[in-house]
Amino acid sequence: MTKRQRRLAIVAVALGGAAAAAALALTALGDAVAYFYTPADLAALSSPPDRAIRLGGLVAEDSVRFDPDTEEVRFTIADEEAQTPVIYNGPLPDLFREGQGVIALGRLRDGTLEASEILAKHDETYMPREVAEALKKQGRWRDRGS
Amino acid sequence: MLQNVANPEAFERLASKLRAPLALAATVAAAAGIYLALFASPADYQQGESVRIMYVHVPAAWMALLCYSAIAVFSALGFILKLPLADVAAKASAPPGAVFAALALVTGSLWGKPMWGTYWAWDARLTSMLILLFLYLGYIAVWETIEDKARAARLAAVVALVGAVNVPIVKFSVDWWSSLHQPASVIRAGGPSIHASMLAPLLVMAGAYLLAYLALLVAGMGNELLARRLHRLEGARRPVSRLLEAPETGAERTA
Repeated sequence: MTKRQRRLAIVAVALGGAAAAAALALTALGDAVAYFYTPADLAALSSPPDRAIRLGGLVAEDSVRFDPDTEEVRFTIADEEAQTPVIYNGPLPDLFREGQGVIALGRLRDGTLEASEILAKHDETYMPREVAEALKKQGRWRDRGS
Repeated sequence: MLQNVANPEAFERLASKLRAPLALAATVAAAAGIYLALFASPADYQQGESVRIMYVHVPAAWMALLCYSAIAVFSALGFILKLPLADVAAKASAPPGAVFAALALVTGSLWGKPMWGTYWAWDARLTSMLILLFLYLGYIAVWETIEDKARAARLAAVVALVGAVNVPIVKFSVDWWSSLHQPASVIRAGGPSIHASMLAPLLVMAGAYLLAYLALLVAGMGNELLARRLHRLEGARRPVSRLLEAPETGAERTA
């Protein structure tokens, strides 16, 4: 084995070792790296988590109710399989609306998330307004829930 | 052939020829890209005018990953083949890469406040990108703290190669875990999900960033080679200068 081959072997072993260590660490962390639960994740849990969690999903259509007396907003966060009701009192991000992806931070009480913070999630689609309107007119607008 | 490509003197001649054209090309591309991004492209259907931050943010993030990958490849070449020019190329890639990473973090944060409702979130993409910036700073620190260039190159190469594990983590973090950050729009299965009128300015800006990196790489490598030559000359001159100063220092010592 020449010196050059030995150095190549050192690099290969170091890279492989670092990659394996990272893979093990990230696998061990697992769901802890995930930024939010989805309603389906919550439904799959045997007992609801007894701490503040983030819940991410789409704001269900026709679910947003604003109470002018208490200034509370109620809506449902849904994914394909399950939905969770949310109650919130505070400022909403500009992108918040029905059909939009959002992440709510809060505690679960009797199956309802009492949120203290709402973040809007932006998707990976970028297009001009005119194109979005044209697509809607032609009925080719992709359903955001799918 | 490799010896020819990696010959520092030949590279210095090439670098002095490439320096001005690369800087000019980068400036022209940046001017065109900024014009397209600010004036000749539409507002987004959801983000409105804030989408224009994307033209600065996305290429900066791409380049931060590209520069780190370049450092890893140059470091491996320098370490395995003992090519000093590859070490110099790795070293010169770090400052531009660190600036690109910082720019991506800052512009992303400024975009996040109006769009997400927060400047910062500890999700997988943002956190791994912050780690990338720290890796850059650590890599630069190794070069700056170790005086012997050959030793610094070996240690910096180890830092670069171990840190390279983070590059795929940054790239795929949005696919592997649920995150606040959106998934990739351009390099994705099923083609870009970004309209052509917005993709064009983005690609022009990406070209400008790439040219700026190449211009800074060539200039940085030229400067480093010059600094090393100066260092060698000073080292060679030192015994003579000491000889000349000998009577004076001798007098101080006896005093």
